[in-house]
Amino acid sequence: MAPPGKEDTNDERIPFMQRLLDNPFLLLFLGVAMPAILYLIWGIMEIIQIPVAR
Amino acid sequence: MATASDFRTCPTTGLKVHSAAENLIKANAVVAVVFLAIGGLFGLLAALTRWQAVHILPADWFYLALTAHGLDALLVWIIFFEMAVLYFASAILLNSRLAAPKVGWAAFWLMLIGALVVNVAVLQGGSSVMFTSYVPMKAAPHFYLGLIVFAVGALLGCGVFFGTLVIAKEEKTYQGSIPLVTFGAVTAAVIAVFTIASGAIILIPTFLWSIGWISNIDTLMYKLVWWAMGHSSQQINVSAHVAVWYAIAALVLGAKPISEKISRVAFLFYILFLQLASAHHLLAEPGLSSEWKIFNTSYAMYLAVLGSMIHGMTVPGSIEAAQRAKGYTKGIFEWLRKAPWGNPAFSGMFMSLVMFGFIGGISGVVLGTEQINVMMHNTLYVPGHFHGTVVAGTTLAFMAITYLVVPLIFRRHIMFPGLAKIQPYLFGIGVLGLSVFMMGAGTLGVSRRHWDISFADAALSFDYPPAAFLMMTLNGISGILAALGGLAYIVVVVASVLFGKRVEGKIELGSGAGAAVAKYGSAGTLKIPGTAVLVAVFFTCFVLYYFVNWKYLSELWPMK
Repeated sequence: MAPPGKEDTNDERIPFMQRLLDNPFLLLFLGVAMPAILYLIWGIMEIIQIPVAR
Repeated sequence: MATASDFRTCPTTGLKVHSAAENLIKANAVVAVVFLAIGGLFGLLAALTRWQAVHILPADWFYLALTAHGLDALLVWIIFFEMAVLYFASAILLNSRLAAPKVGWAAFWLMLIGALVVNVAVLQGGSSVMFTSYVPMKAAPHFYLGLIVFAVGALLGCGVFFGTLVIAKEEKTYQGSIPLVTFGAVTAAVIAVFTIASGAIILIPTFLWSIGWISNIDTLMYKLVWWAMGHSSQQINVSAHVAVWYAIAALVLGAKPISEKISRVAFLFYILFLQLASAHHLLAEPGLSSEWKIFNTSYAMYLAVLGSMIHGMTVPGSIEAAQRAKGYTKGIFEWLRKAPWGNPAFSGMFMSLVMFGFIGGISGVVLGTEQINVMMHNTLYVPGHFHGTVVAGTTLAFMAITYLVVPLIFRRHIMFPGLAKIQPYLFGIGVLGLSVFMMGAGTLGVSRRHWDISFADAALSFDYPPAAFLMMTLNGISGILAALGGLAYIVVVVASVLFGKRVEGKIELGSGAGAAVAKYGSAGTLKIPGTAVLVAVFFTCFVLYYFVNWKYLSELWPMK
């Protein structure tokens, strides 16, 4: 039983990092988006800007 | 929907085991070991061919063997075993039923059919394009098709894993956060999804090109997207084998991570940054800017390396904490001296940890630095590096956990315990030699994937220094040692699964092993002086080797 004056802590706000780490689908989004943008899309943009040889 | 009769309770760990998950773990693990045997045989042939005095295969067979070795050992064995790890880390560790077992079996059969088709394509001789299959080299269409089918199967397996996480949460089979080993498996599965998607983006058009529906594939574009699959597939391995390290430490010694939060953040660094390291394969490409290269390697990759260094401290730290709690407190290293070195699960895991850090990790940072990469780019140093990560790191860790999977999941006692005891040492020393001597030869300029370093019938001759030939000889001898270690593993595992005495009741594991591996929680101590000394030794080696390479670079391009 909770001590007097203390409410049940179930509704305590869960820290942001814990919410992030407990959400596998958010992690999936981040784990796909980061390399897709920084490695793939950025790399593809650079390659398509190479002038075509004449 | 699973019923109570679909579950058994493991008498050793107390975990509920869903029979559908257990059967899929068995099937994936068995097929993995078969492909390890095939891939290992081709690897031995490749090593003996590059040993100039033996030079066992003619050129066409050498490139065929190298292709088969890369595909079977680097992809098929490891991804099949990782599927077993994903099902174990989800359904078993979370006390849950497996989501959609039929989809799990569809995944298994697709992967198996894909792997067989690729192997047939390679053995037919028209697809000796090696693991990277760089265009414009063209393989037979069923080579690419087999890879695509295999990848679709692996993606379905990842779907089953994520589905099981949802079910476990919905049905409240665990409380609070998922355990660390499962979190490591989440990391591996996330990276696997990116890897497989990248594979689809590049392999589907390449397949269409191979059947003539597309006229041209840009070579640089191919390399860029292919490495998002090729290198990221190795990052799945890193995440999975780190999870396996934590699992073995928990199961053998009852070790809990020093800090769950810190270890989970280290896995988060993998999720965010590890896949960007693919760029180090493109550091010598003129079509990509220095900004792209340096951001993806020398900045982002270092954050992933930081993740590995955290694991490199917390895994031995958790072992030290568990050992000290048992009373091994004399001096700095009694905990390590009195560790169960005769248990192949522990010895294999610890050697995997040390070699991954010292060999694969340090050489990976060197290769990921644009300026010093140029000295070793596309030399034999590169296979030396990844034999330190994927073979010494992943394969040895997977071999180690097999010694727990056989009694816990197959419920068979390990046969030939004497052979099992020396197997990790035999394989580990062999792989250590392979990595170090290939890196040595690469430093002397020996190119990778070359059939004949004497250039006997070349129009323009070139002589490598005699030390390079010595390195290749030592590499061949190390290959034989590693092959013997691999053979010992296969003999022990196959004999145990087929003829091992049935396990009745409990097997001997660390105290509190079930809770340590399947519950969120930390060791809650930082009294780990031995680990601090090991980490200091690691950093000293790291800094010395890193700056020695800059010294080499200054000699290559003298500033006057």
